[in-house]
Amino acid sequence: MSSDQFQTGRLTQFRELLERSDAALVLTAMAAFYLLFFVVGTILNYDIAGLISVLGQVTFFTAVYALIVLALNLHWGYAGLFNIGIAGFMAVGVYTMAMLTAPPTGSPPGLGLPVAVGIVGGMFAAALVGLVTALPALRLRADYLAIVTVAISEIIRLTYNSPAFSTFTLPGGITLGTGGASGIGDFPSNPLRAIYYVDPSSAASETTPIGTAIFGFFESVFGVVRSAVIVELTYGLVLAVIVFLVYTLLARVGNSPFGRVLKAIREDEVVAKSLGKDTNRFKIKTFMLGCALMGLAGVLWQGFGTGAVYPQAFRPQLTFYIFIAVIIGGAGSNTGSILGGAVFANLLFLLPQYLPNIIEQTVSIQAEPNNFVAAIGPIVAGEIAPLLGYMLNQRLPALRFVFVGVLLVYLVQNRPEGLLGHRTETAAAVNLNRGHTGSDLTGPEGGVDDE
Amino acid sequence: MSSGSAVDSVDEDPAGDTAGEPPLRVENLRKEFGGITAVDGASFEVADESLTGLIGPNGAGKSTTFNCITGVQEPTDGAVYFNGTDIAGLAPNAIATRGLVRTFQIARELAEMTVLENLMLAPQRQQGEALYRSVLPPFRNGVVEEETELREAVWESLEFFEIDHLAEEQAGNLSGGQRKLLELARALMTDPDMLLLDEPFAGVNPTLEAKLLDRINQLRAEEGLTFLLVEHDMDIIMEHCDPVIVMHQGQLLAEGRPEAIRTNERVVDAYFGEQQ
Repeated sequence: MSSDQFQTGRLTQFRELLERSDAALVLTAMAAFYLLFFVVGTILNYDIAGLISVLGQVTFFTAVYALIVLALNLHWGYAGLFNIGIAGFMAVGVYTMAMLTAPPTGSPPGLGLPVAVGIVGGMFAAALVGLVTALPALRLRADYLAIVTVAISEIIRLTYNSPAFSTFTLPGGITLGTGGASGIGDFPSNPLRAIYYVDPSSAASETTPIGTAIFGFFESVFGVVRSAVIVELTYGLVLAVIVFLVYTLLARVGNSPFGRVLKAIREDEVVAKSLGKDTNRFKIKTFMLGCALMGLAGVLWQGFGTGAVYPQAFRPQLTFYIFIAVIIGGAGSNTGSILGGAVFANLLFLLPQYLPNIIEQTVSIQAEPNNFVAAIGPIVAGEIAPLLGYMLNQRLPALRFVFVGVLLVYLVQNRPEGLLGHRTETAAAVNLNRGHTGSDLTGPEGGVDDE
Repeated sequence: MSSGSAVDSVDEDPAGDTAGEPPLRVENLRKEFGGITAVDGASFEVADESLTGLIGPNGAGKSTTFNCITGVQEPTDGAVYFNGTDIAGLAPNAIATRGLVRTFQIARELAEMTVLENLMLAPQRQQGEALYRSVLPPFRNGVVEEETELREAVWESLEFFEIDHLAEEQAGNLSGGQRKLLELARALMTDPDMLLLDEPFAGVNPTLEAKLLDRINQLRAEEGLTFLLVEHDMDIIMEHCDPVIVMHQGQLLAEGRPEAIRTNERVVDAYFGEQQ
């Protein structure tokens, strides 16, 4: 009994730690996801390289989703800007990067500029397209921004898809192109590979001294021989650092007079105006910053992560995935955005990809039926096998939407504020609490975030 | 506010204090909504440092007049001079930064922001409203410093309005009267030259109401603020406002000292004739 009490005590302590520390919360969630996918990999009898690859994927998708959910949270959670053209702004970012950096001799040809120029250029272009979108739309009511952004997103995708721009010549005689429906695959690979390989474009090239050391370490400890999964894992970790930097940037934006005005715009724009705030300027700046970050996310995900850019990757469903992640995390909370991104990436995006294999490994079952009604119907009679069979039958994208739908219905009914949306993150550069006398920073009430 | 010294002064209208020019002069103001004329050629002045009352039966056009003066709605025709400049048709924020600030008839608190945040929002021209200053390390210190100063002013204001115990409450959780107080406190935090108050005392208890009226008179005398007040409580109007402007069916019906208004036959007809 006393050990029970001890355990409950520890549990309460842990819960309090999670309430207090965002870092602990995020790290705990990540630990849980790593464990989950470690188990998944073990069930599927992966070797160590395979396990590292799975965990690398967890890191990568968590990071890219977190990044883009953070950007959307700036738009929607903070300023109430209903941007449903996320996929389009990501596309502008990564396409610009690819077109700037692809070699002039490539197919399609590019400008052959350094990667750094490509990244900055991609963000800049996304911000610029954001500006062009926002200028007319922000003067109108919020719903119009939604309509305009979803339209612009599709226009962007179809433009990149169009054969007309597959290759084209600028007035100055420079030829470049979008590659049309097949996109661009011929642009510099992930710059991180330069850490490992003397020739970053080839995994077979000589390794650098650092590369030799790290590969040697993995070989001696895990017995993994010079595998690309190590590079992937490193990239995931670098992305995690970038997420942290963007989080810090956005936390600063939020905890400032600027963020306060954004919150006011979200709540009641007329009031913000009546208090002398030029709300259009705030909205445009915010929209451009968010779009630049979406462009960056595109570069880091489809650009250096996937290594190839094609229009199909930027269909509107990508935008809806991001919105679902923001709803899961709780609009308005940056930490919630990271958690929402992590939950979506791991449980709704990655896990369904492994489910068929897991089912195959654990239950012996036929891959049928092939329609949803036949799969769901027998559940009434207590038979789950047809549903599992249906999952096996390569119907996962459809199933993912079912999961997402069920989750959305549950969230909207039971927890509309998301995981962390209930928290008030005070928009000020200082702790606004104080003692009623004197200017002591620590007032008698202490914390600010309860009630 | 006397305590608002942390806030940069907004007095920079070169045309201000022109001899004899009243802070607010409305000329032939018209506002039509489709076929309905809500304000039909109203002209009046508000004298410097006065507490002018604006009354009239429901639908007289008082709130529309407020909206047209403060830019929330664009007048169909006419001119609004504030400190000598025509501000008709300017954006509400451009008018507010000139020092003409309003409150709303139905309090518009920022519901999902705390009371503290609501007030911290109000001061004009905060350094940290520039994105780069809020984000970049070299400027961030200045922002923090300014926030610390503003915080002092905000807490003093909260104490004066007796809502300091609600400081960290979400504004949406406040009662109707508390919201009115919050809105008045917020408007004052902008350090205005002139305030347009739309029924500021609705739902405020009599003790606090008296205190607020004292404060208004103090701000007039010590800081030269001017007030234009829409109010349905005739006792407040007759006791505290001078002069009183009466609107009826979008037009000016009468203007003068409260005693004169009280006995003005047209006013009595418009008001009590309609009500009985």
